[in-house]
Amino acid sequence: MFDIILGAISLGLLWAIMTIGVYITYRILDIADLTVEGSIAMGAAIAAFSIFNGMNPFIATCLAFVGGMLAGLVTGILHTKLKIPALLAGILTMIALYSVNLRIMGKANLSLLRIDTVFTPLENLGLSPTNAVMLFGFISVMAIVGLLYWFFGTEIGCAIRATGDNPQMARAQGINTNNMIILGLVISNGLVALSGSLIAQSQSFADIQMGIGSIVIGLASVIIGEVIFGTRNFFNCLISLVLGAITYRIIIALVLKMGMPANDLKLFTAITVAIALSLPVFKTYLRPLKKSLRGGDL
Amino acid sequence: MLVINGIEKKFNAGTVNEKVALSNFNLSLAEGDFVTVIGGNGAGKSTFLNCVAGVFGVDKGSILIDGLDVTKLPEHKRSSVIGRVFQDPMMGTAGNMGIEENLALAYRRGKTRSLSWGISNKEREIYKEYLSHLDLGLENRLHAKVGLLSGGQRQALTLLMATLKKPKLLLLDEHTAALDPKTADKVLQLSDRFVKEGNLTTLMVTHNMRHAIEHGNRLIMMHEGRVILDIKGEEKQQLTVEDLLKRFGQVSGEEFANDRALLS
Repeated sequence: MFDIILGAISLGLLWAIMTIGVYITYRILDIADLTVEGSIAMGAAIAAFSIFNGMNPFIATCLAFVGGMLAGLVTGILHTKLKIPALLAGILTMIALYSVNLRIMGKANLSLLRIDTVFTPLENLGLSPTNAVMLFGFISVMAIVGLLYWFFGTEIGCAIRATGDNPQMARAQGINTNNMIILGLVISNGLVALSGSLIAQSQSFADIQMGIGSIVIGLASVIIGEVIFGTRNFFNCLISLVLGAITYRIIIALVLKMGMPANDLKLFTAITVAIALSLPVFKTYLRPLKKSLRGGDL
Repeated sequence: MLVINGIEKKFNAGTVNEKVALSNFNLSLAEGDFVTVIGGNGAGKSTFLNCVAGVFGVDKGSILIDGLDVTKLPEHKRSSVIGRVFQDPMMGTAGNMGIEENLALAYRRGKTRSLSWGISNKEREIYKEYLSHLDLGLENRLHAKVGLLSGGQRQALTLLMATLKKPKLLLLDEHTAALDPKTADKVLQLSDRFVKEGNLTTLMVTHNMRHAIEHGNRLIMMHEGRVILDIKGEEKQQLTVEDLLKRFGQVSGEEFANDRALLS
């Protein structure tokens, strides 16, 4: 049981990087970006292929990050320069990436068993594979949280936030909103691909299917984090995202442990997210009900 | 300061819904002119302001600000010389960001944004100082999210943001129309003060005849996409609402039919 929780935490830390990427588009830019479904698998594909062919795993991971940024760039250009609605632009890139990822790997999945990954140096120090993933994940997540906290406090970071908040106002303050949207998508998908590359290395294989449903997992983690751990300020938000991603993984691990068939997992996640997203609607129904139950004034 | 040469703007050109919003529109403002723009619904007032701000391009003609041809410049580039306040109080500020963050965004208008901090401690003191002049108690709520402010407070803040970096042109697009009369008066007083202190060249669109007469040194009336009345100086100071109605009738050959303008 304890092992399952530890495994969930280590996996959650890797997914936290992806969750932060989803947060940048979904909350900061106010765009539901479906590119992530393709870019997470792309990160895995690039890292797996490069490592399999003898590249240093750290360089391969950086390459995956760059690949994800390119995917974000494509979606950004489709959306801003070619005026394709954001949702559709993301879907187009996602579909295109399916073929691209197959090209990269040459086949539908690639095994990394008994090949050195970014986690190997830590394992050589005597850590168990799970602990190595957890330590590496923790350090990477904290570094990313720190970097993003700094970045979104800079002039450019503030301009991205203003663009997501009120594009009309942003333009009136001289901000090139198109470039800010592209930049946000680039950073977001870079992080998502980085997460994908680390997940592939931790589970020792990359699979063309691994992106399916990842946007929903990302959203579930964002919402769980925000609801349970709060959104007082930006730093608090970032930490909440990390904790949300971990919590999601723990919930899934427990549900599977309790005997839910793994094939039903996506249905379970989708229902969870649907309920979480519709909470505000339920609240408006519940408030008058509560009021009448308490017998009047509140 | 602002020269507009025969601009034309059509919406849905070439379809049955074609609407000529501006036709052969000419106007020239001297530095420090405070011009109020009045006219009925569909007269083209907002289209005119949006064309100047660059929200959409024009079909013909040219727009020059301080000698610079901005006709082809995109909206965000024109913003370096234009300050704007919108009709909707929600439009001019970012509601999920703090008061100081909004001011910091405005403070960097026209400047290339870099990776240095989005707001410095030195600026905070300046903002506090400016905010205290608004007399709304905002100087003690620098971190408060703008979404928590009332419509009047948001408009006052937007006004401050529009003038923080002295603009060559200030555009006020019915910026008091969504406020209650008392708040509207307060925001108008602030506008007057900012314009006077900065000697700002200003265009103020309004539905309210009284406001159009009481503020500014020049008044233009628009009808069907062109200027039909242009009253300045001495004559403007003597103007009354009745005069304006009479002259509108003479020039356009129609009754001025707009309850909002007449009743308020």
